[in-house]
Amino acid sequence: MNLATTRFESARRVLAQPLFRALLALVIILCLGALFNAEGSFFRWETHRDMLRHISRYGILACGMTLVIITGGIDLAVGSVLGLVSVLSALLMIHWGWTPLAAVPACLMVGLCCGTTSGALIARFRVQPFIATMAMMVFARGVAKYISGGRKISQGVQTEDGFVYLDFPRFFDLLNARILGENIAVVTLVFLACALAAGLLLARFRPGRYFYAIGGNEEAARLSGVPVARTKTLAYALSGMFAAVAGICQAAQETQGDPEAGGSYELTAIAIVVIGGTNLMGGRGSMALTLVGALTIGYLEKILSLNAVGEAGRLMLTGFIIVAAVLFQRGKN
Amino acid sequence: MSVPLLEMKEISKSFSGQRVLQEVRFDLRAGETHVLAGENGAGKSTLMRILSGVYPEYEGDIVLNGTKLRFKSPQDAARHGISIIHQELSLIPSMTVSDNIFLARERTGRAGWLRFSREEKNCAALLERLGVAARAGTRVGEYSIGVQQSIEIAKALAFNARVLVMDEPTSALTEPEVERLFSVMDGLKQDGCGIIYISHKMEEIYRVADRITVLRDGRYIGTADRDDLPRDGLIKWMIGRTVDEQIHRDPQTPGAVALELERFTVPDPGGRPRPAVNGVSLLLRRGEIVGLAGLQGSGSDVLVNGLYGAYGPVTGGQVRVEGAVYRPRSPKYALDRGVALLSNDRKREGLVAPMSVTHNISLAALPRLSPGGLLRDALERNVAERRKADFGIRVASLAQAVGTLSGGNQQKVALAKCLEVEPRVLLLNEPTRGVDVGAKQEIYALMNMWTAAGIALLLITSEMPEMLALSDRILALHQGKVTAEFDRSNATPEAVLAASMGGTGKETP
Repeated sequence: MNLATTRFESARRVLAQPLFRALLALVIILCLGALFNAEGSFFRWETHRDMLRHISRYGILACGMTLVIITGGIDLAVGSVLGLVSVLSALLMIHWGWTPLAAVPACLMVGLCCGTTSGALIARFRVQPFIATMAMMVFARGVAKYISGGRKISQGVQTEDGFVYLDFPRFFDLLNARILGENIAVVTLVFLACALAAGLLLARFRPGRYFYAIGGNEEAARLSGVPVARTKTLAYALSGMFAAVAGICQAAQETQGDPEAGGSYELTAIAIVVIGGTNLMGGRGSMALTLVGALTIGYLEKILSLNAVGEAGRLMLTGFIIVAAVLFQRGKN
Repeated sequence: MSVPLLEMKEISKSFSGQRVLQEVRFDLRAGETHVLAGENGAGKSTLMRILSGVYPEYEGDIVLNGTKLRFKSPQDAARHGISIIHQELSLIPSMTVSDNIFLARERTGRAGWLRFSREEKNCAALLERLGVAARAGTRVGEYSIGVQQSIEIAKALAFNARVLVMDEPTSALTEPEVERLFSVMDGLKQDGCGIIYISHKMEEIYRVADRITVLRDGRYIGTADRDDLPRDGLIKWMIGRTVDEQIHRDPQTPGAVALELERFTVPDPGGRPRPAVNGVSLLLRRGEIVGLAGLQGSGSDVLVNGLYGAYGPVTGGQVRVEGAVYRPRSPKYALDRGVALLSNDRKREGLVAPMSVTHNISLAALPRLSPGGLLRDALERNVAERRKADFGIRVASLAQAVGTLSGGNQQKVALAKCLEVEPRVLLLNEPTRGVDVGAKQEIYALMNMWTAAGIALLLITSEMPEMLALSDRILALHQGKVTAEFDRSNATPEAVLAASMGGTGKETP
């Protein structure tokens, strides 16, 4: 009897765990996939590989978004920063022939600067995160259009002598490749590396702990000697840098830098974080939850497209499922 | 004159099983100012919230003009002519005086159009009658706190308030503003209003009161005409308790000076012109507990917060910690110099509710516990285990979120966090607030242990027995200034309370 009660208790505690709930949501989606398997294509590895490749850029954005949301903020600028960096990296590596050893750090720096600016506005000048990052979203999009002249940056260049094709950088080829016997995309590995880095920061390093403390109770954190302004700025700076990583991947995958790229990606990134179960109020959540959230959103879209649900239906269903998943995860709390 | 305007009979009220008011009675005549007195937590505010409809659930009766009534909401009470002037003003600074006065009671014509000009005309007449130096069309935020207070009164009177409750109305006012307020009150009395006046200032109580009623620990103690109740009688009514023998203190031989304040000044955190702490000097030695006695608005909590750097680098005067110059700047600065603060609001300022017990305990000491920026789980767990044993923190698991613990255990976690930074000066603001009796005893024992280890404690507590039993010396604060200093030989509850209300602490027998 006693043992049974204890078991029941511990089972209940596991059920209440956010990670368990997030996994349950993922399993439900997978079951739906197995049910509506589009004549068996859901059971082929290629389907999963392509889903992972497709979700990677969003996932990379979600890594930074997780950090920011845990501090109790939001970063709306990540989609635009992705667009800006995709243009910049294409410009540097395709048009100007920079080596990736110089171009990649330059791109990351630009992302970092965008994020640091938002962060400083929020932490030092007390602008609301929504407003500050919305301003950065608009500004970064403007810069992307300015440096690209409003055109896509690709191999083909119009010169006075006519149309010239430039070499496609090997770095982009590498990033766009599939390795291990064509079984996994390189961008997916980049995503996993980003998730690992963000996860380690949150769980193993002092600033990560401070993110939770600030999101949980900013005033208590401040009175405990936590450098609140510096820590918040760091969260947005890293979010900008992850967006830059995603921007380079975007350019490689699209084989061009599109100044319009990344529009509304920030919303997908937020959806991934929230579906994973990280609380928008801050102070709670983890990188593991975001990983599960990325898979959930990725499979959802994949299953809908496998079953040839049109875009209209797909969007409407996605809206429903986001709400359902969030309500489901909130449970009794 | 003898028929009461308002009668509150046998009012009782409980919050989650705890009785905060026990058969309290109170009556108010037309044309009088009736002072409601009592220590912090005596039940004055609760009684007034019942009267004004904030707490519609209570036992007992309210009789207004001979009719038994039960107010369901503040709006309901206002309709019956009962108005409260709060300590924190309830005006909206960005709206005009006239719009504020008519807020939610707008004068509308047919089809719901607002009649601005009529509102402004009514408002101007009202302001003129009260002698308020404000214009109906100006935004409230442009006026000083004193004028805003008068506007608040005008707002109450615009709707024919017969009963006016004023809760510490002078705490933010300058001397001439206070005088103007008192003359407005005299006018109201002549018009037949009854005023219920809550104050912690002895001078003021005897200046305005016609009668005085005292509450203590949620009970009715007595009512008397002002002239029948001398000051020491009032103090006796308010205290009534003897020192609790349960609180044990092992006095230590004081060591070297740990904290020295010289003419320490902190501006009002709410931006009022008068400093909240005004030229306080004190000496605190290692192993000593010095109590800061004071009622609401005395500035004692602003003093410790300011010393801790919670308001930033705004303080004035000289501070030395263990002989070294100390300029309060930020909590980080204080912690680096061995000054730690236990906040009196652990929910808002003390703990991070969703974080685990372990992570809360280690939070302030994280620079030491995570060398190189790398978190060391084992190190943090050891620290938390040790504090859990020392402090008797009762939790199922140290990984539990701190928000799920009982008040007493939360307080111990908050204390453990402070101790983890290995402080030399510990500022304790209400260390036993919201804590059960058993946990209180454990906290007293801990305080004895810390002083034995040479830590200097600055103590704020609103419980007089605790203040008297624990403090080796007591400074009484009133309106930001030290009014008296006591040691164990002359610290009686009466003397300390009298000094906290603005006396010198020597006039009581």
